[in-house]
Amino acid sequence: MTDFATSTKAEPRVSTMTYAQAAATALEEAMRADQHVVAMGEDLGRGGVFGQYRTTTGKNLVDVFGSERVIDTPISEATIMGAGVGMALAGLRPVVEMRVADFALCAIDELVNQAAKNRYMFGGQGRVPLVARLPIGIWTASAAQHSQSFEAWFAHVPGLVVVAPSTPQDNYGLLHAALASGDPVVYMEHKELWGMQGEVQQGERIELGRARTAFAGSANGNHDVTIVSWSKQIHACVDAAKELAAQGIHAEVIDLRTIWPWDKNAVLTSASRSKRLLVVHEAVQAAGFGAEVAATVAEHTDARVARLGAPRIPVGYANTLETESRVSAAQIAQATTRLIKR
Amino acid sequence: MTELLSLYRTMVRIRAFEDAAEAASQGGVTWGGAATDKAAEVRVKGPLHLSTGQEAVATGVCAHLVPEDLLTSTHRGHGHTLAKGADATKMMCELFGRATGYNSGKGGSMHIADFSVGMLGANGVVTAGLPIAVGAAHALKIRKTGAIAVSFFGDGAINRGPFLEALNWAQVYQLPVLFVCEDNQISATTKSAPMTAGSNAASARAESMGIAATRVDGNDVEAVSTAAEKLIAQIRAGAGPKLLHAITYRQKGHVSVDPATYRDPAEVANALKNDPILRARDVLKQRGLGDQAAQIEAEAKAEIDAALATASAAPWPEKSAAYTDIMTTGEGVWA
Ligand SMILES: Cc1ncc(C[n+]2csc(CCOP(=O)(O)OP(=O)(O)O)c2C)c(N)n1
Repeated sequence: MTDFATSTKAEPRVSTMTYAQAAATALEEAMRADQHVVAMGEDLGRGGVFGQYRTTTGKNLVDVFGSERVIDTPISEATIMGAGVGMALAGLRPVVEMRVADFALCAIDELVNQAAKNRYMFGGQGRVPLVARLPIGIWTASAAQHSQSFEAWFAHVPGLVVVAPSTPQDNYGLLHAALASGDPVVYMEHKELWGMQGEVQQGERIELGRARTAFAGSANGNHDVTIVSWSKQIHACVDAAKELAAQGIHAEVIDLRTIWPWDKNAVLTSASRSKRLLVVHEAVQAAGFGAEVAATVAEHTDARVARLGAPRIPVGYANTLETESRVSAAQIAQATTRLIKR
Repeated sequence: MTELLSLYRTMVRIRAFEDAAEAASQGGVTWGGAATDKAAEVRVKGPLHLSTGQEAVATGVCAHLVPEDLLTSTHRGHGHTLAKGADATKMMCELFGRATGYNSGKGGSMHIADFSVGMLGANGVVTAGLPIAVGAAHALKIRKTGAIAVSFFGDGAINRGPFLEALNWAQVYQLPVLFVCEDNQISATTKSAPMTAGSNAASARAESMGIAATRVDGNDVEAVSTAAEKLIAQIRAGAGPKLLHAITYRQKGHVSVDPATYRDPAEVANALKNDPILRARDVLKQRGLGDQAAQIEAEAKAEIDAALATASAAPWPEKSAAYTDIMTTGEGVWA
């Protein structure tokens, strides 16, 4: 059996790249550093549906590493995931591509009953260091089976780490951390962020379970409200916070980055100072992860809490219907003002 | 009207519909990217999977179905839906996301359906239609309606577990169901053959369960029709499930905005010569029916032009519709 030690330190340098390229760069570095890292899924030989297996120079990772390490698979989600578990138990570190989170539902036993429970159930004998990439979120006019955000489902399952990066930098650093993890990581990228450009400082992992401040409410930390979010919704929250700042309301926006384990410390610290917490997510609000954050903050602080997510409706095809599932910066600003006045 | 002219009409209507939908989708959602700045003027916004080049399969099979027969389809379902008897205008309205579309603008191309003619829905999840068709066939058997169920699926779909589970179930319970594999030899951007064990796998896997399989040239509409007629008659007579394995070719990219640069141009050029509509037209000409064929083409174009005009002018769904038809805790009777 192999050891899981990795040395993924790449040369430190800063470059501009897309969210998709940031992940490909991290994966490429990890694959160079550790021959146990392999990737598998449908259409990976073409660089992945979203180009997330294509380097910044436009090369498909399969051309860099060969088809033994970047594996094109049949349309067989259950076996892609289940084989990932088997590969991991037999000493590899697989990246398991699920195309969109909606199709991971075809592999749910393999992920929830097999990958997540292995280490515990077998008394710590087994380790399943696999990264399951499950892109989430609304994807324009793709309707009810290609637009779902399931992070709360996986956060509910003991044994799974759940990650949802919002920027190219985070997608780079968090994927590195996920690849180094010794346990299964559900890695949820947002389909409408693939093309987002940003600066990426190479060579750094971002620790799992650590939030970041996406917008500092005020210079002295005396903000009026704490807004917690993740993934694509962070950008709407920052827009809202800027709008609020112009009205004299100081909102600190915290990007959780990791949904489980989540950075309670960062959130509780901020919410105890501001005394007001708004959690925002793209997923359906009912039974969403926002409920967990809100309840925890209510249990541990005297902050007033509120949630904002999508109504409990499937994502519609027509623009008028789809818009109902989108949480806008204007809605976030409104919800914040309501919370402050409450 | 002779048989081939009728089949020709269905194929030409499907082609006209999809050509128009394709044109209306250009500049929309790029595959795997954000919407382009042209997106606002694009009328078909979502992923549009065209069945261009595969029309003979839907046509030849559905020619032998009645509205009481039930049908499940794939993400590439326009042809199946039209051939089953759906209305092109209501379909176009749905692709345009309008309230007057089949799904009230909620589903779009990938979920096109017309329950009134027994078409139970296109599906965004590969292979998902097979177990549903099997359940529908099971119900038809229990209810003794005499109708059958048909499920279309791609050659890529046979590698998901539900394919095997559905076939096994259908055989165990001797259900009235026809499985139709539209073998266009590709799955999204990956050739299917190297991803699939065994040769003629769709047929072979069915046969391994005792389900008779018939292979047919899926670009020869008369051949498909003849084969389907025979199998459907057997199924109606209580012979249990059958599988039709139609070899065809996907002329366009996986979705309408996919240029399909991963294919060998020579292969594509070759396949275009084997276009089922061109082939049928040649036969019609040989039989002295060229004028009728031309007239059918003109009629199809006029029909689709009218559908486009209606769809363009149709109203959007109200926002409030986003909250309807989700679920109820009250009573519901589904006759
Ligand atoms: C369960 C599932 N996995 C993956 C996809 C993505 N996907 C959509 S179509 C397609 C290719 C399907 O190939 P095939 O069944 O041969 O049908 P074709 O597109 O060739 O008509 C894939 C992989 C999906 N929709 N559902």
